[in-house]
Amino acid sequence: MSLLQVEGLTKRFSGLTAVDDINITVADKEFLGIVGPNGAGKTTLFSLISGQLPPTHGRIVFDGVDITGWPADKVASAGLVRTFQLMRPFESMTALENVAVASHHRFRSRRDARRHALAVIERVQLDRYVNAPAGSLPTAGLKRLELARALALEPKLLLLDEVLAGLVPADRAPMIELLGDLHADGLTVLFIEHIMAAVLALSERLLVMHEGAQLALGNPHEMTQDRAVVEAYLGEDYA
Amino acid sequence: MQERTWAASEAPDSDAAVGGIEKYRLPLAVAAAVPVVLVLIYTVGDKDTGLVTQSVVTGLLLGGVYALVSIGLTLIFGVLGVINFAHGAMLSLSMFLVFWLTSTLGLPVYLATVVAVPLMLGFGFVVQGGLLNRLTVSGNHEGSLLVTLGLSLLITNVLLMIFGGRPLSVPGSLEGAWRVFGAIASYERLIAFGGALLVALALTLVLNKTSFGMCIRAVSANSQGAALVGVNVGRVYALTFGIGSACVAVAGGLLAPFLSLTPTVGEEFTILAFVIVVLGGLGSVVGAMVGGIVIGLVQTVGALYLPGTGSLILVFAVFVIVLLFRPQGIFGVTR
Repeated sequence: MSLLQVEGLTKRFSGLTAVDDINITVADKEFLGIVGPNGAGKTTLFSLISGQLPPTHGRIVFDGVDITGWPADKVASAGLVRTFQLMRPFESMTALENVAVASHHRFRSRRDARRHALAVIERVQLDRYVNAPAGSLPTAGLKRLELARALALEPKLLLLDEVLAGLVPADRAPMIELLGDLHADGLTVLFIEHIMAAVLALSERLLVMHEGAQLALGNPHEMTQDRAVVEAYLGEDYA
Repeated sequence: MQERTWAASEAPDSDAAVGGIEKYRLPLAVAAAVPVVLVLIYTVGDKDTGLVTQSVVTGLLLGGVYALVSIGLTLIFGVLGVINFAHGAMLSLSMFLVFWLTSTLGLPVYLATVVAVPLMLGFGFVVQGGLLNRLTVSGNHEGSLLVTLGLSLLITNVLLMIFGGRPLSVPGSLEGAWRVFGAIASYERLIAFGGALLVALALTLVLNKTSFGMCIRAVSANSQGAALVGVNVGRVYALTFGIGSACVAVAGGLLAPFLSLTPTVGEEFTILAFVIVVLGGLGSVVGAMVGGIVIGLVQTVGALYLPGTGSLILVFAVFVIVLLFRPQGIFGVTR
């Protein structure tokens, strides 16, 4: 059964059409990769789905409910959560408090929320920074904190915007492994990423975007055989 | 196992570890400087000891008054980033509300204050939720500046229309004073000081120990990130403005007994309240408390040497010197 249906989703900024008639259906527990050159509209698509931007046209149905035009906090509470490529931590608060803010939406009592936040922090292996101010975390830690905050809302659908960007290669493999585990545990994921090795390792289907439009959608390995797609959008290394 | 899995290339963070003592160095220095200066004034200050004691007591109590006025502002200014030009007018409004409750309904002044608190909370909630939210959420701070300025004019002139410009005083004030080391402290000012401490304590607890307080701090740190984790940012803004306004109501009620009320009475505090909030550190309740007391002391003890408005020069000198060394204020956090 489908968890997310996007129908004819379009966003125009005065003259520019940033997202142009996107139609996708995401099945429950699916891992859908999204690739495309810079400016293809991937992040704008995320902003539309998660309610940061209102769409110009189109419809978004999440878990059987039409959520088109809902504000971001309501969408997040409903279980559709995104992360940002440039992290938005609460710098003056500790890592634990950062995550606990999200946990509070699922647990009424402070103690339960705190315990839940701790469990999520352990899940993303951020234990050693539990009581450090978020502002003092290294990039790899901030990426995990952003992920932990999203997971604390116990999302049904997680939109990940370049969680690997800015990580040194040594830090990428454990992150890819963690994302694979989360997916194996039943999380549905939309995954924007430039690093093709990660996209191919994790994605079950792949959406290729170009100038806001949907260029191709299908099996990632077949797509790497499609010379035109590869040369134009995945980089010449893969051609 | 985990040590190996990620961030192997990064050294363990040092900032967090250093934070401990480094963080409190300046607040401690300020706290230490105040008694040192006072001891100097007592020993080599060439002033009558009784006079100095009276100045210190008056200064502490005046500081309490300032702190009380500033606490609501630090919440609104520090958390929401809204420069609330209507702060002084709202203080006047609270005082006249208390005046009206005591003079027409015959309530005792401190009971009237208790009644005024929820009314002002609702007023603040409506102002932020109805007028300012669209501007604040989109980050239009110039817009909210103009709206609060307009609101301030509106409140002041409505008060003028209803109550007139003659100075009024709240009936049934509490007479008497407490004598301490030969100095006199009036009960009304002592109660205001106690009220400031209680409000500061209550707000600190709400901000640090409740889930709503955590939402306020999250919104203050990064409103986009807060919306992302399901926080209704607009509602947190409105409630925060409401709580700030409720603090103003407490200030109004506790100050009304020893001030003569005119529609502009609150505005006399506005500039100093902004100075105290910036001096103490934006959004820091403890900072507002300490800043208020420091400014109160500087003003009255300074008046021993620079009579009249000369002591205000000292106030601003202290302000400039502290900001020179610590631009984020005494208890401020660098952002």
